[in-house]
Order: sequence, then C-alpha cells, then structure tokens
Amino acid sequence: MMGFIWFWLVAVMIVGYVVLDGFDLGVGVLHLFLVRTEAERRATLASIGPVWDGNEVWLLAGGGTLYFAFPLLYASAFSGFYLPLMIVLWLLILRGISIELRNHIDVGVWRALLDGVFGLASALLTIFFGAALANVLRGVPLNADGYFFLPLWTNWQPGLHPGILDWYTVIGGLVALVALTLHGALWLTIKTSGDLAQRARRMVTPLWLALAALTAVSLAATIIVRPASLNNYFNYPATFIVPVGVIASMAGIWLLNRNAQPVKAFLSSCLYLFFMLAGACWGLYPTLLPATTGADRDITLSRAISGPHTLAVGLIWWGFGMVLAIGYIVFVYAKFRGKVDMHADGHRALGTTRLSDETEIQPLPQLQMLSLCPCSSRNASIDLLQSGELTSRYFVLQELY
Amino acid sequence: MTAELIHRLHFAFTITFQYLFPQLTMGLALLIVVLKSVALKTGSEQWDRAARFWGRIFAINFVFGVVTGIPMEFEFGTNWARFARLSGGVIGQPLAMEGVFSFFLESAFLGLFLYGEKRISKLMHWFSAVMVFVGSWVSGFFIIVTDAWMQHPVAYDRLPNGQFEVLSFWQLLTNPWGLLQYAHNMTGAVVTGSFVMAAVGAFYLLEGQREQYARIFLKVGVIAGLVASILIIFPTGDLHGKFVAHNQPAAIAGMEGLFHSEAGAGLVLMGQPNEETGQIDNPIVVNDALSFLIYGTTKAEVKGLDQIPRDQWPTALPLLFYAYHIMAGLGTWFVLLMIVSAFLLWRKQLFTARWALWALLLSFPLPYIANTAGWMTAELGRQPWLIYGLMRTSEGYSNTVSASNGLFTLLGFMGLYALLGLLFTVLIYREISNGPEPKNTPVEPMRVAGQ
Repeated sequence: MMGFIWFWLVAVMIVGYVVLDGFDLGVGVLHLFLVRTEAERRATLASIGPVWDGNEVWLLAGGGTLYFAFPLLYASAFSGFYLPLMIVLWLLILRGISIELRNHIDVGVWRALLDGVFGLASALLTIFFGAALANVLRGVPLNADGYFFLPLWTNWQPGLHPGILDWYTVIGGLVALVALTLHGALWLTIKTSGDLAQRARRMVTPLWLALAALTAVSLAATIIVRPASLNNYFNYPATFIVPVGVIASMAGIWLLNRNAQPVKAFLSSCLYLFFMLAGACWGLYPTLLPATTGADRDITLSRAISGPHTLAVGLIWWGFGMVLAIGYIVFVYAKFRGKVDMHADGHRALGTTRLSDETEIQPLPQLQMLSLCPCSSRNASIDLLQSGELTSRYFVLQELY
Repeated sequence: MTAELIHRLHFAFTITFQYLFPQLTMGLALLIVVLKSVALKTGSEQWDRAARFWGRIFAINFVFGVVTGIPMEFEFGTNWARFARLSGGVIGQPLAMEGVFSFFLESAFLGLFLYGEKRISKLMHWFSAVMVFVGSWVSGFFIIVTDAWMQHPVAYDRLPNGQFEVLSFWQLLTNPWGLLQYAHNMTGAVVTGSFVMAAVGAFYLLEGQREQYARIFLKVGVIAGLVASILIIFPTGDLHGKFVAHNQPAAIAGMEGLFHSEAGAGLVLMGQPNEETGQIDNPIVVNDALSFLIYGTTKAEVKGLDQIPRDQWPTALPLLFYAYHIMAGLGTWFVLLMIVSAFLLWRKQLFTARWALWALLLSFPLPYIANTAGWMTAELGRQPWLIYGLMRTSEGYSNTVSASNGLFTLLGFMGLYALLGLLFTVLIYREISNGPEPKNTPVEPMRVAGQ
C-alpha cells in the first residue's frame, strides 16, 4: 500500500515538474526564433522570470523524494545515467545563469550570447528529459546487484546493450521537445500581447501537427520496444481512459487554441502532459526500472522501497510541506498573473542595478511627446525606437511607460 | 588515482565551491532583516536603500548558490550510489524536506522582495525579507541534519537488505551533533556576512565616497561581526569541540595532532604532524591546555591516536590538522579585529582610523577560508568513515562509475566553475562600484531619436 502511494507521489512530483518547468523550458526554446525585438525578448523572459526558479524546485524536491522513498532506484539510475545526468546538470547551471545575468551587463554581444545559451540549453534539456523517460520505459542492462552504466550511444538499437540514445529514446526526446515547445507557445499566448502573442499562437498549429504525429509514433514504438507496457491496461481495461485522455487533450489544445481561449488551451496542454506521463507510469507499474538483461533483474517497487517507518513519517511531513508549497506557488502565480506589460515590464533579473525600481531617468522631450500620442501610433513609435540602431542600454526607457 | 579518491574530490570540490555562496546569503539574510527593521522603524530612506543594495548582492549570490546547489543533491546518486542505496531512508528525508519546506518558500519570497517592493506595503516588504531569512536558515538546518547523521548516526535501524531506516524522526532532527553544528555553522555564516558588509563600508570610506552608507555598513557589520565572532568560539565552537572529543576521539586527536594519550595534554598552536615518526615536528605548545579545553581540568587524560587502531585514523591527517588550525587561528583573529573595531566605533574613531579600515577591508576573504577550513575539519575528521562507525568511505562510492569518467566530469565542473567564478567577480564588482544610491541614468536624446 505504502509502495503504491509513494509510487504515485513521486509521479505527481514528476508531473508537477514537467507541467511547470515545461512551459519555461518551452519558452526558452521558442524565444530563439519567435521574438523580433529586444522589447519582445524582455517580455518573453519576463513571462517566466519570476517563476522559473520555483518551477525548477520541483525537480529538486522530486529528486529528494525519490531518494528517500526508493533509494535503490535513485542510486542505480543516477549512477547508471551518470554521463547524461552530468550534462543535464551543466545545462541547468548554464540556463539559470544565462536568464538571470543577461540584464546585468549592457553589451549587445553579451546578451545575444546568453540568449543563445538560454535557448540552446532549454532545447537540449527537453530532449534529455524525454530521452531519460524513454530510457526508463525501454529498460537498461541491470547487473545482478541492480546497477548499470550506460554509454551515450552504442548501435542506436534498443536491445540487450543499448546506449542512452537509440532510435527509440531519440523519439522520446523529440516528443518532449515538441510537446514542451507547444506548451511554452501556449503560455506565451496567455502572457504576452500584440504581435508576439499572435506569432506564438500561430506557432501552435505546426507544433500541434508535429506533436500529434510524434505522439502516435512514440506510443506505437513503446509497444514494439516493450510489449509488457500494455499488460496493466488489459488487466484493468478501465485504465484505457488514459490514452483516451491523451487524444482528448490533444483535441482540446487544437480546438481551444482555434477558438482563442489560450488559458483553456494551456490547461489542455497540462492535461496532455499529465496523461502522457501517467500513461507511462501505469505502463511500468509496479516495475520502476526494467532490465534488458532479464525480468528477474527488474528494479521493482517492492525491491526498491524504503522501510515502513520512513515512509509513514514521510507521508506526514510531505503532505504538510506540499500543502504549504502549493500555497506559495498559488500566491506567486496570483501575484504575477495577467499579461506581461509589453512596454513597461522588462524582466528585471535578480539584483539588476540598472533596471531596478529606483533608476531615475532624466525626462526626454521626445519621449514626453510620444507618451501623448494616441495608442497605436505610440506603439509604432516605440517599435521604431526598439528596432535597429539603438543600443540596448536605452531600453531602460521602457521602464517609464 | 583511484575511483574512491576521484569521487571524494568530486563531491568535495563541488560542495566547497557551492558553499562560498550560501554562507554569504545566510549571513546577509539576517543583516538585511536588521537593515529593513531599522528602516521600517525610523522610516529612513537611507537604511532602505542600504537594504536594497545588499538585497542585490544577496540576489547575485543566490543565483550562483542555486545553480551550483542543484548538482549536490544529484551527486549522492551519481557518485555515491552504494551509500545512497543504504542511507536513502534516513538522509533522503532531510534532503527532500529542504526542497519541500525551504526552496519553495525562499524562491517565492525572494521574488517578492526583489521585484515587488512597489506593489506591496512596507510591512509586507519587511515580512518578505524575514521569510527569505527563514527560508535560507531552514535550508541550512536540513543540510546540517543530513551531515550530522553521517557524523553521529542516531535513531536508526537496519532492514534485512542492509538499508538504514529511521526509528525516530524527532531524534533525527534533534541529533545533538546537528544542533551544535547548526549553531556553530550559522554563526560562521553571520561572520562571513558581517565581514563582507564591514569590508564594503571600509572600502567606500577609504575611497572617500558614499560615506553615509559606509557608516551604516560599518556599524551593522562591526556590531554583528563582534557578536558572531565571539559566539563562534564560545559557546558554539567550544561545545561542538567537546562533543567531537567525546564522540569522535580519532577526529579530535587528528585535529590537535595528539599522537600519544596524555594526562594534562598540551594544546599545539603550530607545528607539522609527522605520521611516520608519530609526533609533531617543530611544535609550539601550551601545556595542559587541551585537557582543560575538553574536560575543564588540566589533569584529565586525552585519548591520543596511539589508542586508536591504525585503520581508523583519519586518512588525511596533516590536512585535517592544518584545516583545523587555520580555522581556529582565523577565529582568534576575528575576535581581536572586531573587539578593536567595535571599540573604535564606540569611541567614534572608526570612520577615520584608516589602518583599521584597511584591516577590515583586507579581512573579508578570511571568513570564507575559515568556514571552508571548518567544513574540511568536520568531514576529514569523519574519515575513514562515510557514516561514522557504520560504513566506510571505500564502501560507498559508485563502483560502476570508473575513475576516468569521474575525472572527466570533475574537470568539467572545474572548468565551468572557473568561468562562474570570473563572472561572479565581475558582477559583484559592478554592484559595489555602482553603490546603493539610485543612479541618474544619462540619456542622450539625439541618439534615442536614432539620428
């Protein structure tokens, strides 16, 4: 019973991480090619600035939960996936540094560099996370002690001795890349306005088509690579609700986005991620990490679970702590709800001096004039201001509006 | 190099680099609360600006602390898999609790503190500073609890498969080792925070700029520095040392360089431990002092390394000895410097005493060294054990991760962290040279018009 509860609590942490950090990873991918001006880039980053760090906490809290609830799985998987995990850590470091420090140094090349790092790290992270999940679904060559060590690739075939990357896990990586980019596009549709939001919304169609195709391919591939994934579904036919949910939420994204209901479309995308992950977990249960070297070496729930007292005590503080945590999360999202102000609210990185609330700017005759303009021409003037020849240091002006 | 050594270095390097940032943020968090409280009480805009300035320094440190902190939780699994497998049921709990109870809190209120000042009341802004402080100190607590269990395992049982299981959650959290180390460590963080604050004040005065802020920084830095420098020796360091002496005699013997058990053992102030001859070369000794410090009497016998089986000696004996002595020596310097500075402050002479300002400025790196040396003392003293008395370090590392794979990622971290260190230095330098005053950003109208 405890095993069942903790299996699904860890699954909840993973879903929480993917749904929340997923959109800021997706925004990171998108901002590479979606934004056209520095102002749009700032608005894009401002839409995730106050929340990305809290979103990433889900990964840490999830890792910690996995550590104490299923120590064998934690030990085996983390040491076995050693090389890709270290790459993930480096990417997480680079990503966090690049979003937070881009506004600290007002040099165009510096910003361009950090924006590139941020986008690239975001894209690679989505691929790694998707591939990681696919690795778990496919199984790894566990030895008799429950350990393994995977090279980055071998012959690109899932089999007895696969690598981290093979054709199956690459599909998993692509599903994650496209799904989270779509997730991010929907987030931007909600949080930004004007031309940028329109472009984000138009991105949804091609991404949706790609995702629909990839989802179908990945489901088929999973059944080919590990037919046992279907056992739970046939034993409990009611759980076919999960794949139905995947299809329904896909349809929901399409329809709601077409009807210009971005919030509902985004929630639909959350549901899609939830159903995909829940479906994968249910396909595994009660195995946690299948062995390619024989089912008797599978790391199962009963083998990996911590002691009963540990889990009982954990349930108390975990429940209490997560209620508190969800309280802060709701609070933060409520505080920063609504659209990012495209003209006033550049993402002020943590600790930026230049763009702090205190920065006082000598008034400019031109700008005072602009501020008297009717709205449309004012925006046009600002667009003009923002394009081309201006060095980025003058974007501090936007703070005025 | 053996895989064991590589995995030890891997963890040691990443955590030593990481701890450069939290030791400042934990100390500063308290001082920012002080600044905000004065501002709230007096309505002084200057103290508010001082708080905002240190909030910005805090934030940069926080970012670096967060990104370099993520690897720490993963390295238990990646580099110490056999240890993680057996210990997860116990120390996985405080690690997960840190995420659940502290990180969510910290990230939420830091955002509010830094971005939200205009959107919330003064009282709410003060409250968010307090919550950032609480979050960072709670986070420190869970990490210390984790380490304390490895140093002094309590309230555990072993399951048939060898895994450790918590028997009493309450005893795990109130492990006496943990409480003492927490008090000692957090005081150490306040020492770092106050020395850095005082050093920036001294820097401004020596440069002859921003004098009103410099005075605030010096006042708060020196007073907090004095209190923390005393507390770190007495009672926290003293009690912690006695507790180590009773529970890890091998560690204390290694720290003090005591090869032979002695009644009326002397305190070695300086010297070089020589493992081959089993003595301290070129020692300067205070007679009977060690017995007195541990047992409160000059006659008591202190257990030396000769009473401890050779295979249970700390594995890096000279390093342990030096680390401990550097920590203790610097701790003495902190008290001296802060007593003199506080005296000058009281006599209203500190702001003009250039020699004292120079001493304060040049002393800012020393708490970082002392905190690092203190942690080295604790962790080297624990060797050769990973969980004291229960599991050896040689039994805990990931033996499926080869030495060269470990070396590859260690070098990767070293390169990346060298880059981060450079970046950090540039950013902090910019903040300090920009200063707490709001700036008039000069704007050239002609260029704005794009001409």
